[in-house]
Amino acid sequence: MNEKLSTPELAAVEIDAEGGDLSRSDVILKGALAAGAVYGTFMVGPYVRKALAMSESGDVGILNFALTLEYLESTFYEEAKTRAKTSGELKSLLNLIASDEQQHVEALTATVKKLGGKPVAEPKFDFEYNDTAGFLKLAQTFEDTGVSAYNGAGPMIKSKEVLAAAGGIVQVEARHAAAIRLQNKDEPAPVAFDPPLDEKQVLKAVEPFIV
Amino acid sequence: MAEIKQLKDPVSRRRFLAVGGSTTAVAAFLAACGDDSGTTTTTSTMGSGGGDETAQFGKGDVGILNYALTLEYLETAFYADVVKSGLFKGAELETIRKFGAEEAEHVKALTAAVKSLGGKPAPEPKTEFPLKSAKSVLELAGTVENLGAAAYLGQAANIQSPEVLASALAIHSVEGRHAAVLNTLLGESITPDGAFAKPADVQTVLKSVEPFIVG
Repeated sequence: MNEKLSTPELAAVEIDAEGGDLSRSDVILKGALAAGAVYGTFMVGPYVRKALAMSESGDVGILNFALTLEYLESTFYEEAKTRAKTSGELKSLLNLIASDEQQHVEALTATVKKLGGKPVAEPKFDFEYNDTAGFLKLAQTFEDTGVSAYNGAGPMIKSKEVLAAAGGIVQVEARHAAAIRLQNKDEPAPVAFDPPLDEKQVLKAVEPFIV
Repeated sequence: MAEIKQLKDPVSRRRFLAVGGSTTAVAAFLAACGDDSGTTTTTSTMGSGGGDETAQFGKGDVGILNYALTLEYLETAFYADVVKSGLFKGAELETIRKFGAEEAEHVKALTAAVKSLGGKPAPEPKTEFPLKSAKSVLELAGTVENLGAAAYLGQAANIQSPEVLASALAIHSVEGRHAAVLNTLLGESITPDGAFAKPADVQTVLKSVEPFIVG
């Protein structure tokens, strides 16, 4: 495993519920996100307020943000076809997920254009892992982060149509997350409520992979 | 699953489009985004807003929450019965227990949410499930979870309150996770709808669960 990066251990999201009034500043993401630790047992109240703390941004902004994440996932899985040394069931899963992510990229790009926006450029990525286990660990991080990113952005979306479409994508991300977690012999649905992440938190999680 | 898919007529056109590859998937996404081609599928799957579809459960968000609560009660009762049935052991039993516990948490959260909006939580339905064999139970669980996820997706855009929406989204993706696990156990695709999950409307969902509600 690479020393510099290893796989991102997502540290805890700490929630400081002083006076029960949570704002984004109360929610601290330590280092890169660690899916396992992100999951706590919080109740509906705190995390919905957390979701609402996401920065204001129009639907095009949100879609472009989602597009960046989908580019990351799509590139990651496409590369993994030749790098991750998968076989059998895992290879099929990888191909399925790669295809889904590629379709998400195309759909989001088309939707940004349709709304009169300019699709964000595809970033260059650098994923450091050396074996199947390293690939799976990163995959779990990306899928869980993707779910939380969409869930965090959902309430910010103004258009009902865009919201419904984003919902159709996030459910697929959740399904990927569960399947990858099964491969990792991890709890597929570790908590009853998937925690949302705001834009800043998500960017912090994926920044190490954007060059 | 086959039965449910048949019942989803309003979305069958988009389902068809979505399986045709990436180009058509874009078309499917755009259809969901209210493309100007005059498609009627968008309105039929998304309702006309304000939770009209769930009026029998209450007004607006309360109705949507109570609809979800009814489904969560059903899932919770189902898993509790399955645990008691003795049909499962080991890792599968643990998964079933875990999922059941999560559904019970959804019941609690939704009940609290209805009350916080000044509504009256829907009553717990009396349920009965056919628990003949481990395989048939897993199949039923898969049906229920996939349907549950589709039910939340069908209502997301009808929710008025951002707080309620955030809660519903947090539950929706967990139902999606459950569905993927059961599909895996059943040897079925984790994403039966392809890259874009399809919503289910209230009528479809209620018709599907009707056989399990007694009295």
